[in-house]
Amino acid sequence: MPGLSHGVKKRKSVSYAKWGYFFIAPFFLVFAVFSLVPLLSTFYNSFFENYMVGLLHIGPKFVGLENYKTIFLNGDMPKYMGNTVILWLMCFIPQVVFSLLLAAWFTNASLRIKGQGFFKTVIYLPNLIMATAFSMLFYAMFSDSGPVNSILMSMGMENPYRFLANIGSTRGLIALMNFLMWFGNTTILLMAAMLGVDPGLFEAAEIDGATSSQIFFKITLPLIKPILTYVFITSMIGGLQMFDVPQILTNGNGNPSRSSMTLVMYLNKHLFSKNYGLGGAVSVILFFLCAALSALVYRSLTGRMERGQA
Amino acid sequence: MKRSIKLKRVLAFTVAAALAVGTFTGCGGGKTVSSSQPASPASGTEAASGSSDKVLRIYCWNEEFQSRFKDYYASKLPKDITVDWVITPNENNAYQNKLDQDLLNQESAEKKIDIFLVEADYALKYVDSDYTLDVKKDVGLTDEDLKEQYEYTKQIVTDSKGRQKGVSWQATPGLFAYRRSIAKNVLGTDDPEKVQEAISNWDKFNSVAVKMHQKGYKMLSGYDDAYRAFSNNVSAPWVDKNDTIVVDKNLMKWVDQTKEYTSLGYNNKTSLWDDGWAADQGPNGKVFGFFYSTWGINFTLLGNSLAKSVADGGKEEVGNGAYGDYAVCEGPQNYYWGGSWICAAKGTDNIDLVRDVMKTLTCDKETMKKITQDTEDYTNNQAAMNELANSNYKSAFLGGQNHIKLFAKTAPKIKMDNISKYDQGLNEEFQKAFKDYFDGNTSKEKALENFYTAAIEKYPNLKRPS
Repeated sequence: MPGLSHGVKKRKSVSYAKWGYFFIAPFFLVFAVFSLVPLLSTFYNSFFENYMVGLLHIGPKFVGLENYKTIFLNGDMPKYMGNTVILWLMCFIPQVVFSLLLAAWFTNASLRIKGQGFFKTVIYLPNLIMATAFSMLFYAMFSDSGPVNSILMSMGMENPYRFLANIGSTRGLIALMNFLMWFGNTTILLMAAMLGVDPGLFEAAEIDGATSSQIFFKITLPLIKPILTYVFITSMIGGLQMFDVPQILTNGNGNPSRSSMTLVMYLNKHLFSKNYGLGGAVSVILFFLCAALSALVYRSLTGRMERGQA
Repeated sequence: MKRSIKLKRVLAFTVAAALAVGTFTGCGGGKTVSSSQPASPASGTEAASGSSDKVLRIYCWNEEFQSRFKDYYASKLPKDITVDWVITPNENNAYQNKLDQDLLNQESAEKKIDIFLVEADYALKYVDSDYTLDVKKDVGLTDEDLKEQYEYTKQIVTDSKGRQKGVSWQATPGLFAYRRSIAKNVLGTDDPEKVQEAISNWDKFNSVAVKMHQKGYKMLSGYDDAYRAFSNNVSAPWVDKNDTIVVDKNLMKWVDQTKEYTSLGYNNKTSLWDDGWAADQGPNGKVFGFFYSTWGINFTLLGNSLAKSVADGGKEEVGNGAYGDYAVCEGPQNYYWGGSWICAAKGTDNIDLVRDVMKTLTCDKETMKKITQDTEDYTNNQAAMNELANSNYKSAFLGGQNHIKLFAKTAPKIKMDNISKYDQGLNEEFQKAFKDYFDGNTSKEKALENFYTAAIEKYPNLKRPS
């Protein structure tokens, strides 16, 4: 037996190895052309002064680290970073709580919820709408003379509540939209994770007399941790790149007083005057930020996996 | 399981097909470009640019010029010429960015721009560039053609070398349009001259605002309404010789007045062009008046005032909403707002047609007179306008007022000494930044700080004052 399996292994590796490379080549080609080259040229551009003033092209002139100095000295970046993190957390925390709850209910064999297919479809639906269209819809609904205010006023409010003129409500709307768009997706991911847990464990716990909250916290949660971490990373990267929803809702201004301006919206502001230098520098900083955060979370994930295997 | 494999196959095939089609269309596009070149001499024209000379390509930011063109020029258009309208909204410099990009590519482009429109706020940017043609030397209009146009409409589009680079069909003195019914109720009269007397300077204007408030009306609709009346009376351009931004004292006066109006409830907290602002001009509006300009009467106010819009089958007549309830006067300070100029793009392949468009739509006295009679817009022909001012011309929309008479008096006073090529971007950012202050989200200093930040993001060459 060992001899036979050895032989099969050998033949496999010899005959298929080059085909493997052949099949993954298209990805690397596309990646090189559409991702790697633009990435490197962004680094390159960030060292130049290069922008348009109307019809006048200024630069490109090599300025070294001047663009980075500008960004760090005017101190706007940490503020927009803060906005981005706040907006992301406002959407992520309720999203995870809600999704865990829904997933636990849907997968609970003893509850046997009817019409699951229907509910799963419905909670996933908001994700199918384009973020921009969704954002436009909210913009119209929550405008000073929009339908939401009409309802509030017919219920006895005297003056319209100006949702988009207050920091809390603007951020709340952005978080709400992102929450609505993504909680269905997260629920389905977590359901898949929970369905992967051996049902025998739940039965054993029940026989031992564990309450359902004990089962959830002591069995379900630890066992779906890898998927939870995955959800965390993807949501974090998505959150750092948050753009379309706040951009449309605040008309690109990050109102009020730039309190809902995210990092990518800030980047977009520079691209408006075709300011490749400053825009490039912002992108590079954003790139390292994403890379560092991802590496951090990834390491904690693999560390946990190794412990789990050991 | 089987079904899902089948589904996957179908999906894979669709994706592959979509990719392939994408690639092929790419090739196809490339091929037509190269193959049309040798084929074009067959069309018999000397132009080397293919069929672009059969297309009059016009760039603008809204439908105003389009409707003028359709109503007063389209019938003269040669049969084999088609018009290609490229309309990009103005906000956030979107129109300028699109125009800039296409002008920069004009030489190599297959679709050449023939005409583009510019506004006073950024006219200089194009006038001082090589992308506009001299309307006399290059396009072929004569001094005789242009003699009845208001001087300022020519000055504004004249470059540092004295070449005039554009023509306009309108002159745009500012005005204050008010509701007759509210004026009667609060001031006891709706006569334009007496109302003007009551608001002839800012102090009087403010005291009328108090009276309006006492009777449950709002003086103005929103934050930016009075902006132009202040910003056109600044003492220096937005940007000085060293590319430093100058915030004029008069602009801060606007800030203080608007803040006061907002906290005392004299306005409705709307912003220009938004739904609330438009609704305030409608049948149920409680706002006394609006700062506007000549074009605003027909292009915006009239449509907003109707209870049943024309598109829904409503008629432009007394009884439909606030039609007939408005009148206009000069307001507390002389100013102008907007105005569109027609420029001929360098590299146009339809120069004769461009000349004819310019001549018909901006120089022809009869056409100009007809535009005013049909649309109530104030046109750029002194002879025609003076004729109407001294006639028994009446605007039904303005309750029988001859507003042309008022404009004929104010138009020659317009001064545009302090315009700069940054006006649109900076005006817009200034209004946006101070909206936060009026809303109570920031201090005045912070709003000013935000303005500088946004301004420099838009124009990286500008500096904040030290």
